[in-house]
Amino acid sequence: MLRVQLRKRRGEFQLEVDFHAPVPGVTALFGRSGCGKSTLISMIAGLLSPDQGRVQLGEDVLFDSDRHYELDARHRRIGVVFQDARLFPHLPVLGNLRYGAKRLPRAAATPIGFDDVVSMLGLAGLLTRRPHELSGGEKQRVALGRALLAQPRLLLLDEPLASLDLARREEVLPYFEKLRDALAIPIVYVSHQFDEVLRLATRVVLLDAGRVLADGELASVSRHPALREIVGPDAVGAVMNGFVERTDSAGLTVVRVGDAELVVDEAVPIGQRIQIQVLARDVIVAAARPSGLSVRNVVAARVVSVTPDVGRAVLVELDIGRTATLLARITARASQELELSADKQVWALIKAVSLRGHVFTAPAR
Amino acid sequence: MLAPAESEALFLSLSVAARSVAFNLPFAILVAWLLARARFAGRTVFDAFVHLPLVLPPVVVGYLLLVLFGIRGPIGGWLHESFGIQLAFTTTGAALATAVMSFPLVVRSIRISLEALDRGLEDAARTLGAGAIDRFFSITLPLIMPGILAGAVTAFAAGLGEFGAVITFASNIPGETRTLPLALYTALQTPDGDALAARLALISFSLGLAGLLVAEFLSRRVRRMLGR
Repeated sequence: MLRVQLRKRRGEFQLEVDFHAPVPGVTALFGRSGCGKSTLISMIAGLLSPDQGRVQLGEDVLFDSDRHYELDARHRRIGVVFQDARLFPHLPVLGNLRYGAKRLPRAAATPIGFDDVVSMLGLAGLLTRRPHELSGGEKQRVALGRALLAQPRLLLLDEPLASLDLARREEVLPYFEKLRDALAIPIVYVSHQFDEVLRLATRVVLLDAGRVLADGELASVSRHPALREIVGPDAVGAVMNGFVERTDSAGLTVVRVGDAELVVDEAVPIGQRIQIQVLARDVIVAAARPSGLSVRNVVAARVVSVTPDVGRAVLVELDIGRTATLLARITARASQELELSADKQVWALIKAVSLRGHVFTAPAR
Repeated sequence: MLAPAESEALFLSLSVAARSVAFNLPFAILVAWLLARARFAGRTVFDAFVHLPLVLPPVVVGYLLLVLFGIRGPIGGWLHESFGIQLAFTTTGAALATAVMSFPLVVRSIRISLEALDRGLEDAARTLGAGAIDRFFSITLPLIMPGILAGAVTAFAAGLGEFGAVITFASNIPGETRTLPLALYTALQTPDGDALAARLALISFSLGLAGLLVAEFLSRRVRRMLGR
């Protein structure tokens, strides 16, 4: 486990954070640009000295201001993938990949093999190329491979996709997913793109202006009001964890979420763990169970709260059993007509085609 | 094709210029690194001091070298007594004078590459387990090679023509310190030396041009290697 408690002042900017990242799995550091994410990453990696605090990775203390202890970055064995890849331009891909591996202490265990990394990241055809001959996505794959081959105990990914266009991001993301499911080390993923977080992380640390606003499972942080402000009204929605129960007669995937079953228009193998975001604007609230509708998901729900949202809308939080929660954005007028208030029983309607699931395979250990 | 006196002056010039570059590089890299990276008291004064040979009359540089490295000078005397090395009035001395004159050019060129270098690459190397010296040799040095090469070639080309500092510190001894410009100057002082002077001028001209072309070729190759 990675435990981070740090303070750093830089001019007017004050960073003060306290969070942990479990092993294995991806913890996302999420926030707007300039919220202190990259500063935080530099301090964890040991490239920047904090003013005060403590960083501990497993049993090892990496930084402790009380004991005036600071382990040099080069001895931390923390793999970092930077936004701009930072491949060494004078070395071919192979030289870049081997850079960290060559500098490992002789006694170090090497659980991550060269051939495995090359095949997992699809680097076989790139080994003799020079960095300037690579596309943005290829550069990030090489940077990832280089970090992995240094046998890190922790992987820090600092907005690795931010400099890529949409198509390149789609090209690289599956590699990160594969990695997440294969590695037994904690991964900290920094991003200001919520869809990346949704796809890769199960835990989120929400950062704003140098402070941690929320820290926990994505499912619970997804309902945090501060997150709504950062992602913008169109991306507001509850994130839920479920698992694939069966495939129905029409070939649609049935996912168990809380007490409810949700039908998803996506082929996912049975038994897989799945993370689903239901956008608040995609949820319809009905006072009585409707019939004769095309909508596939009609879920019994209990109103938890009704809070004012952007414009003339309200945000309705709906409990669908076993701590699973939906968010629905409806007009204030509709809320009045349905007489929505806490504890009222209603029905939540969600189209199967508006659901998008992200599969998480249990990590192999 | 060349008369013995001409080829002697030519090869002497080449040798002096080459040795001056060899003298220069290690110190220039160190000084450029200090100026680009280190923060210390008196840095501005140090910077000005390094650039002095650019603005001082070469004769002054030659004179200062004589004072310091002459056989009775504090450094020259010690070198002579301890190691039997004499610098004043020797080819090595001519190379030293040339090196001092071109030093600021080399420092400048290396410093510019150092300042242009993305320090993030050194950070990346650090996270991959490389120590400070290791990072310098495996990352910094190869990446500032274009600046080092450019500085070396400029210093070499400029060194072929150094006159004032050489004649003051190392004198004008045929076969010893009489490089191309000194030979040209001597020819001009000699009756009927016009033809020789013209030939020497032509040699200098061709050499300078060739030097600049080689510099361009090298920098292109290095840049292509680094993908810029």
